[in-house]
Formats: sequence, structure tokens, C-alpha cells
Amino acid sequence: MLEFKNVSKNFGGLRVLEDVSFTVPQAGIFGLIGPNGAGKTTAFNLATGLLRPSGGSICFNGNDLLHVPPHRITELGIARTFQNIRVFKEMSLLENVIVGMHDHLDYSFVDLLLKLPRYRRIEAQAKVRALELLSWVKLDHKANLTADSLSYGEQRKLELARALATQPKLLLLDEPVAGMNDREKTELMTEIVNIKNRGFSIFLIEHDMRFVMGLCDRIAVLNFGRIIAEGLPQEIQSNADVIEAYLGKEEAA
Amino acid sequence: MLEWWDSFWSTYNAVVFGIGVNAMLALSIYLTLSCGLLSLANAAFMGIGAYAASLITMQLDWPFPVALAAGGLFPALVALIIGIPTLRLSGVYLAMATLGFGEVVRVTILNLDFTGGPMGLNGIPQKTEFWHIVLLLALTLYLLARMRRSKIGRAFEAIKEDEVAARLMGINVSMYKLLAFVLGAAIAGVAGGLNAHYTFTIGPGNYGFENAVDILTMVVFGGAGNLIGPVVGACILGVLPEIFHELKEFLLAFNGFILVVVILYLPTGICDPRRIRAWWQHRKTTNATEAA
Repeated sequence: MLEFKNVSKNFGGLRVLEDVSFTVPQAGIFGLIGPNGAGKTTAFNLATGLLRPSGGSICFNGNDLLHVPPHRITELGIARTFQNIRVFKEMSLLENVIVGMHDHLDYSFVDLLLKLPRYRRIEAQAKVRALELLSWVKLDHKANLTADSLSYGEQRKLELARALATQPKLLLLDEPVAGMNDREKTELMTEIVNIKNRGFSIFLIEHDMRFVMGLCDRIAVLNFGRIIAEGLPQEIQSNADVIEAYLGKEEAA
Repeated sequence: MLEWWDSFWSTYNAVVFGIGVNAMLALSIYLTLSCGLLSLANAAFMGIGAYAASLITMQLDWPFPVALAAGGLFPALVALIIGIPTLRLSGVYLAMATLGFGEVVRVTILNLDFTGGPMGLNGIPQKTEFWHIVLLLALTLYLLARMRRSKIGRAFEAIKEDEVAARLMGINVSMYKLLAFVLGAAIAGVAGGLNAHYTFTIGPGNYGFENAVDILTMVVFGGAGNLIGPVVGACILGVLPEIFHELKEFLLAFNGFILVVVILYLPTGICDPRRIRAWWQHRKTTNATEAA
């Protein structure tokens, strides 16, 4: 579905990604893990068009994403959440989600200017749909509050609902459980599985090993800008390189 | 009663006209601010609109509505041309670039022949009626209110709050910024056209830096978060000089003082629905506890 082919990215002399190749398969949950600073978020920024690769190519369902602007990539069907939460803090939860539907609110300037039936119908449908998406992450009872009144964990869930509102085929989650407590983590895990079962493909970045191992169907491991392993969770767990990257090498006595 | 009204109107009609025009200008700045753009070009756009409309009436003697339409169209075209490169800038850099543009416009008008150079244009027919201003102000308010409650308004606010997130929601950020900038220019231009057709004379000095700041002051003072704020700002700052006309020499200092006080104590402006609601609720609960 999403294919990275020999992708590299330099910031000046700093090589953040080197010759990275992997394919996020259709359906299921694909995880990209790796220690801090391995280049995971950079991979997301490349996939969503916020950054351009220094080399290699990125394809999504056969579309080359190399020169596609971010808002067009969203239209093609990639949505994401952010590691450092970026909800629209002064808007209500409902408005946050409806902003995500931007491309799908198909009325003209005249429709909205004269409040024609088409405008009214589409806006009303958007509201219903937004409430439904909020109910998926169990925030529908707070729909009219402003986003800055939410707790950290709730803001993450709101981001999730907002990303779903763009009607993505592939959902990128950037450290979805960062800063959450165990109860919140378990809750979010169930919700992500529910979203997967609704037919969305998911590509996530995460630190929390328990979370990743329990959730992902396939995992790629990134270390110092290179993919050092890819496979099923069990394979990754027993891979010597991965253990070394995470725990360090044991010195010979 | 009627007599009183007649004497009031003959003394103060210029003030009322001025407030109406300033309210439109304030709304044009509100529009760009609502998209997160700090543009100081609107005084220059007003000037372009004023000159375009006046020249059409004076040289071609075309009907007033056509002149006003051209007064909106010309600045919009200019905004389209300069907006594409400059709207890549953000924050103070955009403010500086648009300020520079304003100066370019002033100097250009000053040095052209058909604009009358430093003398400006004199003897512009007085065609603006009170109801023209009321109608166009109402239309502007209606247009902006409709936009606010649609995907366009939501896109503007999303861009203002977080440009990156807005972009990833599928919003074509540069297109919407350009829309706000061009539409703001058109509104300012129409206001300029209206203004020129009751002041009789216009000159290059009417649309400079000071005016840009004056308009911005009205918006900041009234509140940039909603449509009522800019209009209230234009009204209050339009009436103040009449009330304190003995202070004439100190008026600018007085304006500055008020601005400082507002920014310090009411940073979201006088009209902030959220604060007013919170204050109202607070009063209700304190009243309730007192009663109990």
C-alpha cells in the first residue's frame, strides 16, 4: 500500500534516513519501532509530504508521492496524528473533526452564501458523521467543549477522530500512547483494534514494546536511520540485532 | 425632534460616514487576521480602490456602482499578484513585506501624472449616500458571517491555529491564504471608493503607514475574534475624538494610551464572546451562592 524504496533523508550533513525500504501492507497494523532519534517521525513527515526525501521514492497505491503537496496526499488517503499533539485548541471537538472532512464537504461558494439546501444538507450530515467519529473514541459527550479543555489522553483520541474524518485508507499514528497511563493505553489499544476492524490500514510508530507487540501484524525496526529487521512480532522479539539496538551489546568479559 | 436630527446630521454626518467606512476597513483586516495573516497592506489597497473609483467617475463619468466595483476589483487584482510571492512569509515578516508594499504604492501614486501626484485628486463628485455605506457594510458583514459558518471559515481558523495540521487535513493552505488576502483587498478597495466619493479630495498621504496602523488598532481594540469586534472598534475609535475634541493635540497619545490599556487588560479586545459568557456565568453563580 505505502512503499518506501531506498529512501534517504539528509539534514545538511546529518543523515537521518539511509537507504530505507519497507512496504506497509494493505489491511492490518504495521509498526515502525526504534530507539529515540532513529528517524521514525522523519519517515512519517516524508510520507505525508511535509518533508521531501533526499533520495529514493515513496509510492502510495501506485501514486508517486515525491512531488505531491501535503493536502493532496491527504486527499489520496493518508491521514496522520502527531507525536506532539496538534489539535485546534480553540475550536470545539465537533469543529475539529469537521475540519478533517474539509475535502468531502462538496458545496460551492454560492451554496454557502445563500444557505442553499445543498449547503444545509451537507453541513448537517457532516455534524452527524463527526458525532459518530467522536463516539468511536468515546468523546461524543464532550462534542461542544473546546479542545483545550480535554486531558492529554483525550486530545490524542480527538486527533485520531479528526484523522479518521479525512476518510483515509491508511492511518499513520505517531506514538499514539506516549504520555498515557496503563489504563489509557489499554483503552486506546482496543480502540485502534476497532478502527482496524472497520477496514482501515494502520501504520504506527511506537516506543512502548508491549503495546507494539500486542498490536502489530508486522514490524520494521529502524536504528540510526537504517532498517535492521522486518517481520512478524515474534521474529522481531528474538532478533539479535534488535535486542542489541534496544538493550545494548553485552561486553565479552 | 426632526430639527434636532437635522442639526445633528449636518454636524456629524462626516463622522458617521467615517465610522461606516472604517468599519469596512476593520473587517477587511479582520478577514486576513482570521486566517492568521498579519497584513498591513489594507490601507494601500484602500488607496488603490479610492483612486481607481475616483478616476473612473472623473475621467469616464461611468455610473457610481461601476466605479465602486472597479474600486474593489483593482486592489483584488494587485493583491492576487503580490500575494502569491509574499504570502509564503508569516508573522512579522509578512507585516514588514506588506508595510513595504504600502510604501511602494504611496510613492507610486505620488509620482504618477494621472493620479495628480502630490496634489492628489480634487473635485471628486459627492456620490456616496448614507444608505450606500449601510448597504455595503451590511453586505460585507453578511458575506463574512456566511463564510465563518462554512468550511471556508473553519479552514481559516484551522490555518490560524496550526498551519501544519491544517495542511494535513487536506486544506490547501496557500489557496485559502490568498483568498483571505484578495477578498480583504477588495473590501478595503470598496471602502476606499466610498470614502473618496464623500471627502471630495484624496491624496497619496491618506493611505500610508499611519492609516494602516489606525485600522489595525480598531480591530485589536474591538476584538479580532468575531465580526462585531471590528465594527465596535471602528465606532468607539471614531466617536472618541468627537467627545474629547478639546484634547486635539493629545489625541494620538490618547489613542495610544487606550490601545496599551486594552492590550494589557483585554488582550482579546472589547468584544470577546467567550470572556463575556464566562463573566456572565460567573456572575450567575456568585448571585446564586449569595442568595443561598
